[in-house]
Parts: sequence; C-alpha cells; structure tokens
Amino acid sequence: MKKPFTSFASRLVPLPVRNVDTDQIIPARFLKTISKEGLGDQLFCDWRYDAEGKPKPDFILNQPRWRGAEILLAGDNFGCGSSREHAPWALTQFGFRAVISTSFADIFRQNSMKNSLLPIIVSGDVHRELFELVDKDPDVRVFVDLAAQQLTLPDGRNIEFPVDSFAKHCMLEGVDDLGYIQQHMDAIEAFEKRRTSSINTLAGKGWLPY
Amino acid sequence: MSKPRTIAEKIWDSHVVQEQDGAPALLYIDFHLVHEVTSPQAFQGLRERGLKVRRPDLTMATVDHSIPTTDRSLPILDPIAAAQVARLEANAAEFGVPCLGVHSERQGVVHVVGPELGLTQPGMTVVCGDSHTATHGAFGALAFGIGTSEVELVLATQCLPQRKSKTYQVIVEGALRPGVSAKDIILALIAKIGTGGGTGCVLEYTGAAIRALSMEERMTVSNMSIEGGARAGLIAPDDVTFDYLYGRPFAPKGAAWEEALIRWRQLPTDEGATYDLSVSLDASALEPMITYGTSPGQGIPVTGVVPDPAAIGNAVEREAVEKALRYMGLEGGKPLLGHPVDVVFIGSCTNGRIRDLRDAARVLKGRKVNPKVRTLVVPGSQQVKREAEAEGLPEIFRAAGAEWREPGCSMCIAMNGDEVEAGKYSVSTSNRNFEGRQGKGSRTFLASPLTAAAAAVTGVVTDVRTLL
Repeated sequence: MKKPFTSFASRLVPLPVRNVDTDQIIPARFLKTISKEGLGDQLFCDWRYDAEGKPKPDFILNQPRWRGAEILLAGDNFGCGSSREHAPWALTQFGFRAVISTSFADIFRQNSMKNSLLPIIVSGDVHRELFELVDKDPDVRVFVDLAAQQLTLPDGRNIEFPVDSFAKHCMLEGVDDLGYIQQHMDAIEAFEKRRTSSINTLAGKGWLPY
Repeated sequence: MSKPRTIAEKIWDSHVVQEQDGAPALLYIDFHLVHEVTSPQAFQGLRERGLKVRRPDLTMATVDHSIPTTDRSLPILDPIAAAQVARLEANAAEFGVPCLGVHSERQGVVHVVGPELGLTQPGMTVVCGDSHTATHGAFGALAFGIGTSEVELVLATQCLPQRKSKTYQVIVEGALRPGVSAKDIILALIAKIGTGGGTGCVLEYTGAAIRALSMEERMTVSNMSIEGGARAGLIAPDDVTFDYLYGRPFAPKGAAWEEALIRWRQLPTDEGATYDLSVSLDASALEPMITYGTSPGQGIPVTGVVPDPAAIGNAVEREAVEKALRYMGLEGGKPLLGHPVDVVFIGSCTNGRIRDLRDAARVLKGRKVNPKVRTLVVPGSQQVKREAEAEGLPEIFRAAGAEWREPGCSMCIAMNGDEVEAGKYSVSTSNRNFEGRQGKGSRTFLASPLTAAAAAVTGVVTDVRTLL
C-alpha cells in the first residue's frame, strides 16, 4: 500500500532547462541495479557531481538553501527520452513530491503518477511567473491540492491544473491500478476466449526458448 | 457504413477489454517483450504479491542492455551487470517466461529479435519496458514503451489501463536521393516537430517515400517516434510487410497465413478517416542529416551550419542551443563538415539490422578506417550476425580496421562497458545524443550508417555522397 497523496505547501527548486531527458535525471550506468531503492543520491548525477564525485557547489540541488523543497520547477517537455521508471524513483527518493512544467513526456508522466510524484502542467504564463517569483524570493511557497487540482500562489490565486481522473483517484487513495484490473478478470478471460478464434495469438506454437 | 478509422483506432478498438465512463480503457496486450534493465523490480513485485505471469506464452525475454559485446564464452566482468543478467534468466525460469539468454543463438536487442522471429505482427498490441518499443509499429502494430510498474501490470494481467492517444499523420512524399536514408527521414522529422512535438500522439507514417522503404528501413523510422515525443509510430502493413514476415519462425503458416493476410489487409487507415494533427516532409528535398546538439531534435543537413545562438530571437530556444553547444564544444554559425571524430558506432535498435550493416560495408569496402577513429560495428542480434557473416561483411569491417562485436545495445546506452570517453566525439547510428548517453561526458552526432561509415574513413564529419 502506497501512502495517499496529501496536499502540501513547499518552496520551488527552479531548474530552467528545456527537454530534460531521463538520462539526465538518472544516467543509464545506474540502471544495472535490480532494486528500486538508493537512487536519490544519483539524481541528476552528472550535473550534480564533478569528475571526483564531489558535489558541484553551483548546481542548485547541492545548495543548502534549497534543502527540503519538495517541488521541482522544471523547463518545457520534462522527462523525455528513455522510459526508465528509475527517474521518478530517484526524484521521490531525493524528496520531490511534484514537478511543475508546461509539458511532460507521456511515459514519464505515467511513471510519475504511479510513484506518487505529481506532474503539474501549467500555462506558459504561469510557468514564467513562477520562475520570476522564485527569482525574486527563493523562499516563496506554493500550495498543491491534488483533490481540487489547484496550485495556490502566494497572492492567493488558485491555478487549476489537469490530471487524469483515474490516476488522481489512485494517488489520493494510495492504491495502484492492479486492483482495478483484477476486478475485471472475468472480462479479460471472456476477451481471450472470444479472440483466440478470430485473432491470431502466439499460443500453441511450440513456444520454447532456443 | 461505420465511421472511417485510422489504423491506430482499429487496433485500439479491437483490443479494448472493458471501458467504463471516466476510467481508462483496459487494453489487451498481445505481445510483451522483457529485458534485464526494466524488469527485475516488476518480477519482484509479482513475487511480493504472490502473483504469476498470466500469459508467459505472450511474453518473451532477452538480454541486451547490460551485456558485453566481447567474447560470449567469457564471464561478465562487471559484477553488477552480471547479477542483473543472471536475475533476468532466473526470473524467466521461475515465472516460465521464454528467455533468449546470453548463450542463446537467438539473443539480440529486444526490438531486433521480436520482428526477425516473426513475433511482431500487424494489428497487434506490443509493449516493452523500453521507449524504443515504437520500432514494432513498422509492422502496423500498436507498440509503445512502458515503465516498470506497467511491466508488472502486464505480466500479472496481460492488460493495461490506457487512454486513447491523439492521431498524428506524418506524410512523406517524394523519393529519397542517393546517399539519403530512412534515418535521415526520421532525423529531419524530429528536427521539424521537436522532441515534444508528438507528445500525447500516435504517429502514422504515410506517403510514397514510406511505402518505398524496406521493413528494416521502416523500423528505423518508427523506432525514433519517441524522440519526437510520440510513444508509438505506425506504418500500415502492405506487401513489403507480408513478404518480410512470410516464413519467419513465428509467422502464421498454411491456412493460418491466408487467414492472417485477410485480417491484416483490413488494417490500413480507411479512406476518409481523419487525424488530429498532420505534418508533411518532402523526401526528395532531404539531405543526409546529422545532429549537432544534445537533443535528437537538434539536427541539420550534414552540409549545413550549426545554428548561431545570437541569431535566435526566442530566449528559451537560444539558451537551449547555447547549453547544447557548450556541452558539445561547438561554435554556432560554423559547419559540422570536417569536424574531427574519435569514435564511430554502427549498431542499436535503430540501425543494427542487416540492411544497416550492408550500408556501412558499402562505404568501408576496400577502404581503411582513419587510424584516429575507433569504429565499432555491433550487430543487433545473433541472427543479424550470422547473416552478415554469410555475406562476408565482418571481413570487410575487419579489413577496414573496424571492430566486429557480439550483439547488444552496446554504445547506444553505454551500460555494458562500451563507452565514448569524456570530451570525445562520436558519430553514432543510435537514437539519442543526450548528454552522457554514450558515456559520461561523451559527445554524440547522430547520423545514418552511411554517414557514420563515411566519418570512420575520413576521421571527420563527412558528406557520404562524396564517397559513393
């Protein structure tokens, strides 16, 4: 059972880079693990550490002032490239609960919601405004309410954001979609019976490893 | 008359198990490919929940990402990679999933072996915990990459809750000129629509230039759909598709083949069907393409100049180009032709098939690789390797001074020890030029096998047409 996603207020860590791919979020050499754990230290590894493995002081996630912030304010098209779920695992293990951008890559967005990491899509105007707010005052906080699908800015304005209703339900309840699919096992079995006669399947073809 | 539908809509409709108001549709998955990197946590999840693999007969595993491309009779030296590969083989055995393991004569890159065995067929839904699953769309299958949580769902139930994507028609008319290949079509498309251009969409590649491509070339195109942001990219099946499939080990045989053909011929998009979006490319105007930056959308004709950030009005766009050029150590406003190259990689799920190796051999035959350039040729599968050997290609590569390796993902993702050193330049036939993709600090120019082979010979970025 996952923890239900609750509303929260947080500061925003600005990362104004476009098309951040999942190879940047977590480089491929760390994907040899067979575990989901221990990936937070490798988040943005090649931007975060120098050749000797020492934290680069100029990279934002290494700056003490941002410690504890739970929202990443990212550039357009965040999470593109590889389908690795290690990316949301690394982000959540580092401490992020939401990422704000104008757009997310499809697979990353789905992977995130399955791991209680909320991708918040805002308009270009709101996106720019958020970067300006953080630039003026790094301690600025916003409030994230998934149930209401609202982001509340410091001046009290509520910004609505789109979320898939089913994914939202799963996040708020802390359930995954396996239970939902399992409610429909009869329908799946009926579908399989129906289609073996009309649609080719791979079954019964001497399917063996070579 | 029912409403005219696109091929993507037809496949979608025939795979919906259940659809309730508000909830995503339950989509049935016909074929699930599994590899060592994105599956261990999914199998562990099944174990923790006490679940089995529902349809091991619709599932196939292979090892590709973490395995060395050196002599297979030797043990894997990297203990972490060795453990991951061993874990896949053990998981497959425990859950009854067929597995093309390290020593299988059918082992290969997941998106190369599915098609070559005839497992990928028109009208199917295909998934894999790998974003290049879009490759299988070349057969007129709805094929898309998924995350590890979804791998677990498909293993357990053979279904995925899904929302229907938008449809996006890519029209490529005209005929490719000599020296210009399928890779150049897809690099030009991504340069045009951007890496997020296809987000939320299923692409369908149409037009005379697509119809004229072989299956292997079509796979190169659909493979990189994800680099344009689209999870899937299809090409309607036709006689080229059927000829490729006929006689493959898992293709239907006899009467079943005839029945399949009737079904498959009904798949192409109906006359009058509409798409949510569309874009056109003129294949006859294309030149060999190459990327200069750190995103696959940052591509230019090989004879072109790298964009000058100073000339870009949009600040966000300018910063993106500046950042890429800084990483790549390039200057805006200058040509890439003549830029020194340290490594050439020919292989991957994009360009690791026999047709790609033939293209590379065409350029390398009777020539020598520039001594400054390390050139790796990595076949996409054991079968591709055998085909190449039967045609005498390894002799051509070796005589030229290139390395002929064992099959795997190799330098496309640099997880297996095949890496480009920091600061070095590679011309690569793979699909991603992201920072560090080919090894920490590596700098990648993406291009076709022809263009890559040309760079191997000259040691610099070259217009292959000068060598043909």
